[in-house]
Amino acid sequence: MHHHEQISWLGIALNGLLFLCLIGLYIVGVFVSNKKYSNWPLHRIVLWCFGIFCIAISLIGPIANNAHTSFQAHMITHLLLGMLGPLLIVFSTPMTLLLRCLKVPHARIVSKFLKGSYVQFITHPITATILNMGGLWLLYTTPLYHAMHSSTLLYALIHLHVFLAGYVFTASMIYLDPSPHRFSFIYRSIVLVLAMASHSILSKWIYANPPEGIAQFDAQMGGVIMYYGGDFIDVVIVITLCAQYFKLNRPINIRKNLQQS
Amino acid sequence: MKNSKYNIWSGIFFGVGIAGFLDEAVFHQLLHWHHFYDKATLSVGLISDGLFHAFSWFSTVAGLFMLADLRKRKIWNTKKWVGGIFLGAGAFQLYDGTIQHKLMKIHQIRYNVEIFYYDFTWNVIAIILIIVGVVLIKKSSVSDKKAGELHASS
Repeated sequence: MHHHEQISWLGIALNGLLFLCLIGLYIVGVFVSNKKYSNWPLHRIVLWCFGIFCIAISLIGPIANNAHTSFQAHMITHLLLGMLGPLLIVFSTPMTLLLRCLKVPHARIVSKFLKGSYVQFITHPITATILNMGGLWLLYTTPLYHAMHSSTLLYALIHLHVFLAGYVFTASMIYLDPSPHRFSFIYRSIVLVLAMASHSILSKWIYANPPEGIAQFDAQMGGVIMYYGGDFIDVVIVITLCAQYFKLNRPINIRKNLQQS
Repeated sequence: MKNSKYNIWSGIFFGVGIAGFLDEAVFHQLLHWHHFYDKATLSVGLISDGLFHAFSWFSTVAGLFMLADLRKRKIWNTKKWVGGIFLGAGAFQLYDGTIQHKLMKIHQIRYNVEIFYYDFTWNVIAIILIIVGVVLIKKSSVSDKKAGELHASS
């Protein structure tokens, strides 16, 4: 028992340190960037901090501790780790900041990587959706969820995947950072609606078919949290996607109107 | 012609969104008549429900952005747009009331009541909404034509 507590304290300390470092790195980046470019907007720093905070409280602290026994708490951590955290981080445009901070030769290496076929593959809207939603279907409809709680390695890998897939998915839908492999508004809209639908279907599926080892009521409430929580975060993605499209289209429309009159 | 279609589609999108939103807010959350999940639901019902839920969320936002675009381009036709809303909301309600509630059994309008009267009212309202929408759109097309003739003769 004592030994177990020690390990968990070590985990909290290491995780906490990691998240503080991430916030620190971003702020250092802002100072470096401000020397060369116009001032980095304050709201992006705030968004980054909140994004990292979402990930932190989904992995350490009271909600994360409850998540081991309560499926509802688990669902809240997953909304924070896989949806809200990634969304806030996408809004804080870390890749733009990184490219600003690096020296030209290093920045070239990063942009070459971003343009490369690996990033092209995983940021394709359909691949990103499959990585994101497919992972969730696998987790909740197979014994994987049950197995996750008996293996620390599996637990860490799954949580890493949930965050990364959430981030790649969000970034594949709304282009704020440099995104060399772009898809049309209609294309992304259709994939986004399908992804949102798959999220709703999975939450009702969980409501009806509790994952192994989860009590029925806990699974039902978890499903409801997933359904409505997902809605709130999805609508922000939808609004951003539409706003970008209609903003982008403005000059063309004005040009068309001028030609007509 | 292209402008009028754009007006109607913006209305339809927003109408589907309103119907989906009212269904969720009034019948699920306020009245608690609809259930989150019904054991009788067919798998295809679950899929259809998810798709329509996602699409109605998306179309609320997209419909309103289209409205902003219409106004910016000064081609907003209120009658056509409102007609589109009625058409969209009615079509969604009719689909929900017939195929989703009855065929796919995703949930009933209300439980432990004589359901026939509820289904009947629900679908009649849907049909009335569709008729109002079609009439509004037709009327606006007629007034468009008149305006066009007036413009041509002057």
